[in-house]
Amino acid sequence: MLETTSRIRPLTARPLGSRVPGRRWTARIRPAIGYVILCLIALLFLSPLIYMFATSFKPPAEIFSVPPKLFGSEFRWQNYQEALNYMPFLRFMGNGLLVSAAGTALTLVVSAFSGYAFSRQRWRGRNLVFMVFLATLMIPQEVLIVPMFVMMQKVGWVNTFQALIVPWAFTAFGAFLLRQFFLGVPQELDDAARVDGAGTLRTFLLVMLPLARPTMAVLAVFSFISYWNSFLWPLVVINDVNNLGTIPLGLQMFFGQQGNQWHLVMAASVISMAPTLLLLILLQKHLVKGIVTSGFGGR
Amino acid sequence: MTLLKPTKSPRSEVAATISLGKAKTKVKAEPDAQLGRRTMWGPAFALPHGLGLAIFTLLPIVVSLVISLFRWPLLGTPSFLGLGNYQRLFSDPIFGQVVANTVLFVVLYVPLNLVVSLGLAAWLTPRIKGRHIFRVIFFIPSITPVVANVVVWRMLYQPGGFIDGTLQSTTGVSAPNFLGDEHWAMMAIVVMSVWQGFGYNMLVFSAALDAVPENLTEAAAIDGANAWTIFWRIKLKLISPSIFFGTMMTLITSFQVFAQPFILTKGGPGSSTSTIVLYIYNQGFQFHQLGLASAAAWILFVIILGVTVVQFLGQKKWVHYDA
Repeated sequence: MLETTSRIRPLTARPLGSRVPGRRWTARIRPAIGYVILCLIALLFLSPLIYMFATSFKPPAEIFSVPPKLFGSEFRWQNYQEALNYMPFLRFMGNGLLVSAAGTALTLVVSAFSGYAFSRQRWRGRNLVFMVFLATLMIPQEVLIVPMFVMMQKVGWVNTFQALIVPWAFTAFGAFLLRQFFLGVPQELDDAARVDGAGTLRTFLLVMLPLARPTMAVLAVFSFISYWNSFLWPLVVINDVNNLGTIPLGLQMFFGQQGNQWHLVMAASVISMAPTLLLLILLQKHLVKGIVTSGFGGR
Repeated sequence: MTLLKPTKSPRSEVAATISLGKAKTKVKAEPDAQLGRRTMWGPAFALPHGLGLAIFTLLPIVVSLVISLFRWPLLGTPSFLGLGNYQRLFSDPIFGQVVANTVLFVVLYVPLNLVVSLGLAAWLTPRIKGRHIFRVIFFIPSITPVVANVVVWRMLYQPGGFIDGTLQSTTGVSAPNFLGDEHWAMMAIVVMSVWQGFGYNMLVFSAALDAVPENLTEAAAIDGANAWTIFWRIKLKLISPSIFFGTMMTLITSFQVFAQPFILTKGGPGSSTSTIVLYIYNQGFQFHQLGLASAAAWILFVIILGVTVVQFLGQKKWVHYDA
């Protein structure tokens, strides 16, 4: 207890010109020590990824060296070449891009409309319906895969892209996020549009939607990432991995076949992570905002 | 643009909305009269989304219940069983173990996740230099494909892998075979999952802590409260809606753990790390017994629902919405 007291004093209540010079010295050094520890924690946290990256360039014979080394005797770019030869990772990326982009587009469209309906339009049963929407957020995807698979069988969608795209585009997360945004838009904007003779549809499309762009961006990022990383459902519904597989599916299959070729597996892992890492670095602001406003994003 | 910021603390509103049973819809200075008359546009706008949710979320729940009452092969004609699948599950010691494993995972994972994320969120105050870089670093594995994360950890845990190698070279002792030893395997999965998963909660808690008004903490400091007391007595209380919601989401998602055991251990050794979703996947799509898998999914659904309800009932004791 005493220690924490002395830690907070210098920052708030300590008078100028302290009486105990020794204490001032520790007070100055302590945050620095804390900072070093924080950096070490971050480094330790990153070590699996650093290790992955390092291993992906090592010659196969040097992977399990004791002690573990960061660099091998040579820098083996061929690992990536070989991994790409074993599995069409570029096609998986293309497939993932197609599925994620289409799913995201669908999500954006339906969520924009419903978010608007739940915030700025008055209709009977609105709040009840919105409650039902929110309640569906508590239903995990995983418990739905069996019936979803049977439904896909009935409509002949097993082993198709639309089976990957359509079923998960209707998450209530989108409606929630956009409703939240539209609630904050001043009513004067609607009125002004109406005075200018715009109907509901035009007000929505030409006035409201452009305003909602930042929120739509947040939703788009999350939707894209959750499609891109989705694993269990593609595993169930896609049989033809070589042609229709996405990155997680391809990596899992690659691991199943070449599991002991760790240099290749790590190269494949780097390839799998690269697009999302890039997205994270470029769009970190949107991501943080989406999580902070909803607490859901992509979960 | 400042005008267009969402209303305060929107995030805790999901929890508040559901728990209070009503949605807050009115914005200041926006009486209903001004919103215009009721038209058919509202339902029309909500229809596509609502229809999609009905078809792809509500319908499957019902379909799932129906399937669970049948012997339903992957291909071929189903035959009615009644409660046979459920009886089989309840008398199957493997399923019992699978449920116990899942509960063990949840019990270990959720508190660890919350402690780590809350601790780091409290540590990363705005005073920390480069805090947004730390935030992004800790968030990385939450966003990279789970499969890739798990594959990397598979190699860390490998005998001769990173952990074993480091231990051997520093202490001369070999590490246990984490994934092959039933005493270690579940712990290994939990550690990997915490590494991967705490970033979400950390960001949420961190934002909530930022929103704690400074005059409250300053007043407490003047009254002689130390940092520790301020954190426990004031900040924690003020961010309790966020903690509640984070706990709930973490609980729900942790019951669905799949990729980690699927790739790290295949549920082994024995079935010591097999989880409910892994069981559903194996029964349904390896052994082609969709009826049995559906019954297991329904049991999982009921468990999750039960836990969520208990959480909502318990929140009155410790969650403060009106701060």
